[in-house]
Amino acid sequence: METVYVICVGVLTSCGVFLCLRARTFSVVVGLTMLSYAVNLFLFSSGRLSLDGAAILGMADQYADPLPQALTLTAIVIGFAMIAFVVILAIRARADLGNDFVDGRDPPDTDKLVKPNGGKV
Amino acid sequence: MTVHLAILPILIPMLGGLLMLLPPFKGPDRYNFRRAASLVLIIAQLICAIILMMTVMKNGAIMYAVGDWQPPFGIILYVDLLSAMLVLLTSFLGLGVTLYSCAGEDRQGKYFHPLVHFQLLGIYGAFLTNDLFNLFVFFEVLLIASYTLLIHGGGKHRTAANVHYVILNLIGSSLFLFALGTIYGITGTLNIADMALRIPELSESDQLIAQAGGSLMLIVFGLKSAMLPLHFWLPRTYAAASAPVAALFAIMTKVGVYCIFRVYTVVYGDNAGGLADMVQPWIWPLAILSIIIGSIGALAAANLRMLVGNLVIVSVGTLLITFSLRTPEATAAGFLYLIHSTLITGALFLIADMISSQRGKATDYFVIARKLKQQTLLGIMFMVAAMAVAGLPPFSGFLGKLVVLQAATTPDERIWVWSVILLSSLVTIIALSRAGTTLFFRSTPSHDNVEDVGASKWQLSGAMLLLIASPLLALFGASVVEYTNNAAAQLHDIDYLLDVMKLNGGAP
Repeated sequence: METVYVICVGVLTSCGVFLCLRARTFSVVVGLTMLSYAVNLFLFSSGRLSLDGAAILGMADQYADPLPQALTLTAIVIGFAMIAFVVILAIRARADLGNDFVDGRDPPDTDKLVKPNGGKV
Repeated sequence: MTVHLAILPILIPMLGGLLMLLPPFKGPDRYNFRRAASLVLIIAQLICAIILMMTVMKNGAIMYAVGDWQPPFGIILYVDLLSAMLVLLTSFLGLGVTLYSCAGEDRQGKYFHPLVHFQLLGIYGAFLTNDLFNLFVFFEVLLIASYTLLIHGGGKHRTAANVHYVILNLIGSSLFLFALGTIYGITGTLNIADMALRIPELSESDQLIAQAGGSLMLIVFGLKSAMLPLHFWLPRTYAAASAPVAALFAIMTKVGVYCIFRVYTVVYGDNAGGLADMVQPWIWPLAILSIIIGSIGALAAANLRMLVGNLVIVSVGTLLITFSLRTPEATAAGFLYLIHSTLITGALFLIADMISSQRGKATDYFVIARKLKQQTLLGIMFMVAAMAVAGLPPFSGFLGKLVVLQAATTPDERIWVWSVILLSSLVTIIALSRAGTTLFFRSTPSHDNVEDVGASKWQLSGAMLLLIASPLLALFGASVVEYTNNAAAQLHDIDYLLDVMKLNGGAP
């Protein structure tokens, strides 16, 4: 179980970091979302992974640490709000700046990127 | 009431800010109600901060267990001399900013005043809490308020600056959570005092993980405080923000510096066994480089706001130098400099805005433009602020830099600290005098500025309030120095913290 979990967190984090380094706001937003998923999983695992563990005393033989669950819940709520904000901000930036680049400036060879057939319709 | 005194600085802006979203304060034409309520609230916070400071000075540090869950389990608010001082500083800055914004800046958006209070709430919370996860939550509160405040007033350049600021800080928040998870997984606690007990007991291999967590956290705090490789966002962001917001942001970098002082003195400080002072070798060169880069940036700046933004980086570098000297005396010097630099950079942002609003299209760029309407008044205010920030007597900057210079004791430290700080002061003087001569003396001869209205009483009172603190700080220098010395001694005395938390001997 641990191996699969670790791979999941690792893949999510590296995809998140890669996407955050992209130039357009859409991929950056997706990257931030992935990072926050990875963070939530990571926080959850900080109380060690256990099966059939109860978070309330007197309910089972095995107990899970309840604190990381609470932390993850808080992190999910905050992360969700922040992602919502950054989505709105990205839309606003698209409207205000006229493009969806994080810099707010078109790179010199944008035409090539957007129109692969040389601008012919 | 006195039992719950510690949480009042958090409750007042929270409830007050929420009430301001309801009638009779709601609606675009009710701005007068909002202004009155905002002023009442900020004065209440100021009074509360003063009472809190008095109580802490008289009775020693306060531990407040939220919901009466005792340490190390519950969320703990911990008010020592340092926290009380910073809360008072924040509320004072908040008063100046609120006064200034009443001149009309606040009418560009309906929610300016509630947002300022939410921002203050987050800052107070970050200063008061003794729980790392709670610190994260308050960071997010102050960040989301700052995201919206930064874009207040609208405009292309604000949106562009805000996109960078928001994305950087969201990545910072993710890193913070990674760091928290790592440290919690190893120590099994989030309470800073309890962590200080657990870290020295770790085995060799666990120490490595704790070190990784601590280093990740340094990146987060470095991003907040604009430490060298993470400082690129600051000048553009501060230059883009509207004046009261930029002035309020003057305390935000200090939140990062405060967290570095708190976490790396208590948790990874002298008592941390194998991890003792693990970040000091990193911070020392970065602090010196921050000062150098900030000074170069100040020389290269094309407008006044950008210049002040670079001076913020210089002040952060100076504070980090005092951190990396790792003695209580140096820490005390840092606290004194922190008070001074926060107030004076706040005042400079406000002055820059008043200047730029009277120069037509040239705003605050260093080009020849028409003469200022209130040439003399603004000139004097600018000169006082410039002298204070450069560290010339008789203002607080001189005192602040003097104690920082005195804090360096060994010859090695002296060479670096003295040369860097004195040279950066010289560069600051050159940059500011260049700015001042262009802004005030070189003007076009034509007199077409009759329609200009001068700075309003609100604006002047807000800026004056922050500015007057500088000579006052120097005047009451002895008692301020004594206070910061006590605060630094208290911060470095970890046994005292554990006693207040009732963790000494009780915890395994």
